[in-house]
Amino acid sequence: MHPLRKRRLFLILTMVAGIAVAAGFALVAFNENLMFFFTPTDVQAGKAPQNRLFRIGGMVVNGSVKKSTTNTDVEFDLTDNEKVVTIKYSGILPDLFREGQGIIAKGKLNHNGEFIAEEVLAKHDENYMPPEVAATMKKKKPAYIKE
Amino acid sequence: MIMRFIHKLGSPPYFYQFSGRLLPWLSGICLILFAYGLYGGLVLAPTDYQQGDSFRIIYIHVPAAWLSLFVYMVMAFSGAVALIWRIKITEIILINSAHIGAAFTFLALITGSIWGKPMWGTWWVWDARLTSELLLLFLYLGIIALYSAIDDKRKAARAVAILALVGVVNIPIIHYSVEWWSTLHQGPTVTKFDKPSIDTRMLIPLLVMAFAYKFLYAIVVLLRARNDVLWRERRSQWVTALFDGSK
Repeated sequence: MHPLRKRRLFLILTMVAGIAVAAGFALVAFNENLMFFFTPTDVQAGKAPQNRLFRIGGMVVNGSVKKSTTNTDVEFDLTDNEKVVTIKYSGILPDLFREGQGIIAKGKLNHNGEFIAEEVLAKHDENYMPPEVAATMKKKKPAYIKE
Repeated sequence: MIMRFIHKLGSPPYFYQFSGRLLPWLSGICLILFAYGLYGGLVLAPTDYQQGDSFRIIYIHVPAAWLSLFVYMVMAFSGAVALIWRIKITEIILINSAHIGAAFTFLALITGSIWGKPMWGTWWVWDARLTSELLLLFLYLGIIALYSAIDDKRKAARAVAILALVGVVNIPIIHYSVEWWSTLHQGPTVTKFDKPSIDTRMLIPLLVMAFAYKFLYAIVVLLRARNDVLWRERRSQWVTALFDGSK
């Protein structure tokens, strides 16, 4: 390779490496802010902000959903398979909301350690399969989802 | 042998002639891939166990998102070659990819939004995946703006190449955003070392669509590049000869 071209190649590699390192440092520094939600374990450990809105994510515990018959109030438990947080919400739930489903709620903790949600979003997983395959897989699913 | 071919491809008249011969083939293959991919995805693939038929937007959304990253990688590579070897064709490929990349990034964002509303319950959230993909759109737009701001197109190409290389750090961030941070967007289904977590009958049309999009990009970038070559070389003998003959 021509020495001039070699120097240009070296300059480019240095530049890209330098920017990658800088970006890496910035992302590590802002790691907490880039997290979209806290897990119930984080919340129970007191890592979640107090008196400020934040998001909590996890699985809806099976059999925990209590819907009001007169209004849109709903109460359910959220778990990350370790700790559980009770969520209270009033409003319309997304289509994918169901027991065993991953969801993300935005809101605040109250004094009883319950999470008062303003917004509930469904998080769908990366699995795509036809219903009959899902039915056979149900037999082998984790313990927190009971039918 | 291969090096000689690459050298020849770098010369504008040869590039023009070669791409002209390539285009009908690319178009034919692209058409077949789109026909099969769309039929396979929208008709043959089974419905999803959770999302029903709504999941079929995956056949538009995911290939667009993949292409938005792929086009950027092509641009960064062309940019590096353009900076090191000063080959005019790579400069042309670089800048003519930007509009296509921007279009597909926009498509990925819009289809994602349409998919997000019924499934997640929201059009948009500022999670790491969505935000880094939006940043990619701004990178594309910045590249287009920078190129048009500089009159000397060879200097402009060099400036754009540097910007493209600076932005390349965003590509792994987009890809790994769903693994490094907690996001609303789900993790990777296909592009991971594990077995893809999608049924084979759903996966095949998806991969076919991904190839169809790649071919579409190749066709559009060649068409744009050919125009650009003709315009830049409009005073050279081979271009005048080309148009005198066709009169």
